[in-house]
Amino acid sequence: MLTNHILSLSIWVPILAGVLVLALGNDSRASITRWLAFVGAVAGFLVTLPLYTQFNFTESGFQFQEAAYWIPAFQIYYHLGADGISVPLILLTSFTTMICVAASWEVITKNIAQYMACFLIMSGLMIGVFSALDSILYYVFWEAMLIPMFLVIGIWGGPNRVYATIKFFLYTLLGSLLMLVAFIYLFHETGSFNIAKYHNVVLPLNVQIFIFMAFFMAFAVKIPMWPVHTWLPDAHVEAPTAGSVVLAAVMLKLGGYSFLRFAMPIAPDAAHYLSGFMIVLSLIAILYIALVALVQKDMKKLIAYSSISHMGFVTLGFFLFSQLGLEGAMVQMISHGFISAAMFLCVGVLYDRMHSRQIADYGGVANTMPMFAAFAVLFAMANSGLPGTSGFVGEFMVILASVKYDFWVAFIAATTLIFGASYTLWMVKRVFYGSVANQKVAALKDLTRREFALLAVLALLTIGIGVYPQVITEMTQATSMRFLEHMATSKLPTAGM
Amino acid sequence: MDTIHTDLFISLPEIVMLSMAMVILILDLFLNKNNRLIIYGLAQATLFAAAYLLLSLNAFAIDIAYSGMFISDPISDVLKLATLIGAAIMLVYTRHYMLVRNLFSGEYYALLLFATVGMMVMISGYNLITIYIGLELLSLCVYALVALDRDNAKATEAAMKYFVLGALASGMLLYGMSMIYGVTGSLDIATIATRLRDAYEHNPGIIHNPVLSLGLVFIVSGLAFKFGAVPFHMWVPDVYQGSPTAITMLIGSIPKFAGFAMTLRLLVFGLYVLVGDWQDMLLIMAIFSIAIGNVTAIAQTNLKRMLAYSTISHIGFLLLGLMSGTLNGFASSMFYISAYVLMTLAGFGMILLLSRRGHEAEELDDLKGLNKRSPWTAFLMLITMFSMAGVPPTIGFYAKFTVLQAALHEGFVWVVVFAVLMAAIGAFYYLRVIKLMYFDEPLDTAAITAPLDMKMVLSLNALALLAIGLMPQGLLELCGVAIMSSLR
Repeated sequence: MLTNHILSLSIWVPILAGVLVLALGNDSRASITRWLAFVGAVAGFLVTLPLYTQFNFTESGFQFQEAAYWIPAFQIYYHLGADGISVPLILLTSFTTMICVAASWEVITKNIAQYMACFLIMSGLMIGVFSALDSILYYVFWEAMLIPMFLVIGIWGGPNRVYATIKFFLYTLLGSLLMLVAFIYLFHETGSFNIAKYHNVVLPLNVQIFIFMAFFMAFAVKIPMWPVHTWLPDAHVEAPTAGSVVLAAVMLKLGGYSFLRFAMPIAPDAAHYLSGFMIVLSLIAILYIALVALVQKDMKKLIAYSSISHMGFVTLGFFLFSQLGLEGAMVQMISHGFISAAMFLCVGVLYDRMHSRQIADYGGVANTMPMFAAFAVLFAMANSGLPGTSGFVGEFMVILASVKYDFWVAFIAATTLIFGASYTLWMVKRVFYGSVANQKVAALKDLTRREFALLAVLALLTIGIGVYPQVITEMTQATSMRFLEHMATSKLPTAGM
Repeated sequence: MDTIHTDLFISLPEIVMLSMAMVILILDLFLNKNNRLIIYGLAQATLFAAAYLLLSLNAFAIDIAYSGMFISDPISDVLKLATLIGAAIMLVYTRHYMLVRNLFSGEYYALLLFATVGMMVMISGYNLITIYIGLELLSLCVYALVALDRDNAKATEAAMKYFVLGALASGMLLYGMSMIYGVTGSLDIATIATRLRDAYEHNPGIIHNPVLSLGLVFIVSGLAFKFGAVPFHMWVPDVYQGSPTAITMLIGSIPKFAGFAMTLRLLVFGLYVLVGDWQDMLLIMAIFSIAIGNVTAIAQTNLKRMLAYSTISHIGFLLLGLMSGTLNGFASSMFYISAYVLMTLAGFGMILLLSRRGHEAEELDDLKGLNKRSPWTAFLMLITMFSMAGVPPTIGFYAKFTVLQAALHEGFVWVVVFAVLMAAIGAFYYLRVIKLMYFDEPLDTAAITAPLDMKMVLSLNALALLAIGLMPQGLLELCGVAIMSSLR
C-alpha cells in the first residue's frame, strides 16, 4: 500500500521529523537533538529511494501519482506526481538535507532544535514543490519554504543577516505573487488548478506573453538570472554554511524546474517568441557574472557569483529547445547541486577554524591541511569544468547544443571554461598554495572524520556523474522528449475557431 | 404560534443577551470586590447561551420578524455565531489585563454585552431604522468603553476623537438613508429593493436620479467611515493607539462582522440596482486603502498603530471582494472578514499577553528577542504575522486568494496586480516584527505572566490560523453556502 504514497512520505516524513525535533530537542540535550535530526534526515532520504528503484524509465508522463480532494470549493486537489525531471531533483533534495544536518553538527550550538527542524521542514516543503501537480498546492509549498529559510539566515547568519534575509524574502515574495495572479487567471480559463490542464489550454500570444512574464518574475528571481540576482550573494554570504548549501544545491533548482513545469509548457509560443531574450540574459549571466566573480575578495561571494554563472547554463540549455541542451541543463542542475554544496562546505570548514571568509586572510593552507586541500582542489576543478567531473558534462552538452543553434552563442558560453577556471583556480592558488600566510593558518588542524566523510561522499558523486552521466540522462530522456514535442506544438487559437 | 411569539422566538438570542446585560449591571452593585469574577463567568455564560439558542433555533432558515424589521438568514446566523465566539475569546484575553489595571468592573462587561447586542441587531437589521439603532447601540457602548480608563489622558482624547468622527459618520449614514427613503418611500430594505427594481424596469434612467445617487454616496461614506477605509481612515490609528489595548481589540475585531453585514444589507440586499455606482466607489476606496494602509504601516514604531494601518489595508482587500458584486465576491469577502477577525484577535491577544502591570507591550521594540524569552509565544506570533502578510500555509493566504480570484473573475486584472504588489510591500512590516522577535536580543527580560486559560485560548487561536490554512474547505464552504442560500 505504501508504494502508492512514496511522494507523500517523501514530503511528510522530514516535516514530521522536524516537528518531532522541535518538540523533543533542546540545547541542554544537544547530542540527542542532533542524532534525532540526523535520523530524521536519513529516514527522509530512504523514503525517496524507491522513486529511483521503482522508476519506469520508458514512461514519459507522471508516475507515483496521488490525488485527493483538498479544497473542493476551488477545485483544488492534493495531487502529487513525479516525472523524469522531478525525480532526480527530489533525490538531490533529500540527499542534501542529510549533508546539511551533518554539516551543522558542532557548528551550531544555539537553538539547535529550531535549526535542525528548519532544515528538515524545508526539505519536505521543497520536495513538495518538485512533486505538486496542482498549482495551488505547488504555490503553498513554494511560499511556505521561504519561512524556514528566512529564519535560518536571520537567526544563525552573519553580521548583516537581517538585511540579507529580508531582501531574500521580499524578492521571492514579489515574484511569486505575480505567479499567483497567473494561476488565478488560468483557473478562470480552465476551471481547474490542475497543471496538466494548464499545459493544454489554448491561449493567444499576448496572453501567453503576460503569463510567461509573470512566471518569469517568480522563477528568474529564484534561479537567479541577471539582473534580479542581487539577493543571492547577500543571502549566501550571511547564511550559515548549511543554509548556503541548501540555497545553492536545491533552492536555485526550484526556479529551473519551475520553468520546465510551468512557464515553458503553459506558454510555449511565448517561450519561443522570447527565447532570444532569455538566451541573452543567460549569456549575460554566464559571461558578465563570471567576470564579477573574478574580482570578489570574499570566498562565499565568489562561489555565489559562480553559482549564478553556472545557472546561466541551465536557462541557456532550456531555451535552445533541443534534447541535448535540455538534458545538459538537467545534468548541470544536479551536478551544480553537488559541486556548489561541496564548495560551500569547504568554505565552511575554513570559516569554522578561522572565522574569516576573506581570501586575503589565507595562504598556504595546503601546508597545514593537506587532506582538505586535496578535496578543495578537486571541487575547484569540478567547478571550472574539468573533464571527468560532473561539472564538465552539463556544460559541455549545453555548449554542443548551442553550437547547433548559433556559433556565437556557443562561443560566448564557452568562454566560461576560461573564466570559470580563472576565478576558481585563482582563489585556490591564493588560499591553498604559497607559503603559510600567518600564525593562524600555521595553527590550522586538518579535517575531522565528520568533515572528511561529507566531502568524500560529495567527491565520489561528482566524479561518478562525471564518468557515468547516464544515471541522470536515463531518467530524463523520455520526459524531455515528450517535453520538446509539447513545446513544438503551438497553443495559439487557430483561425476560424 | 401567533406572530408575536414567532418574533420573540427568532430574536431570542438578542433578548437573552440584553436581559443578562442588565442583570450584570445590577448584580455588580451587590458584589464586593473579591467576588467580581462572578460577573466574568456570567458574561461568558450569556455568550454561550446566546450561541446555543442561535444554533438551536431554526438555524440556516430565512425568517423575517417584527413586520420585516428583523431578518434571520444563514448570513446572520454565521456572522452572529462568529461575533459571539469572538466576544467570548475577547473576554478570556482581557480579563487579566482589566484586573491588573483596575478596569475590571461590571460596566465593562455590561457595555460589552450591549455592544454585542448592537452588532447582532445590525447583522439582522432588515430595515434602515433597525440597522441604524443597532449601529448606535454598538457605537455608544464603544465610545464609553474607550473612555473607561477615565484618568488616562490619551484614552480620553481617543474617545473624544472617536465620538466626534463616529457621530459624523452616523449622521452621514442617516442622511443617506433619509434620501433613499425620500426616493423609494420606504425604510424596509426588501421594499426598497423591489421598488427600485420595478422602477428600473420601467425606466433604466432611474439610477441617475440625483437624490438616489447622493443618498448612495452618503451611505457609502458612512459605511467607509465605520470600516475605516481610505479616505475616511484618519481616526483609525489614533483611536487604536489611544484606547486601552483590550478596547482596541474590541474596535478592531468583531464589529467588522456587523459592518460587513450592514454593507451587505444596504448595498446588496437594498441597493443592488445601483451596483454600477457603488462598485466604482468601493473600487477606489479599496485601491487607496490597500496602498495607503500598507505603505504607511512601514513607518510605524508603535505596534498598535501598525496594526491600525494593517487593518486599513485588510479593509481594502475586503472591499475588493465586495466590489466584485457577485455571489462569489461576497462569499470571499465573508471569508476574508472571518480570517481577519481571527488574526486580529490573535495579534492583540499577543500584546495583552506580553503586557503586565505598569507595562504596555505596545511598542515594536517590546517584541525584541521574544524567541529567547518564550519560543512558543514567538512561534504563535510568527504564524499570526505570516497570516496577516498572506503567506501560505496560513488562513491569510486563502483570504487574499479568494478575494483576488473574485476580482480577477470580473476582469479587474490590473487592480489585482496592483493589490498583489502592495501586499508584497506590506509583507515588509510583518517581517520586521518577526525580525525583532527572532533576530534581535531581548530588551525586556521579565517573565511572561498570564493566566493559563488565556495562554491556551491564544495558542488555539493562533494555531487555528495555521490549521484552517491547511484545511480551508470547511470555512470556505460555510461562507459560500451562507451567501448563496441567503441571496438565492
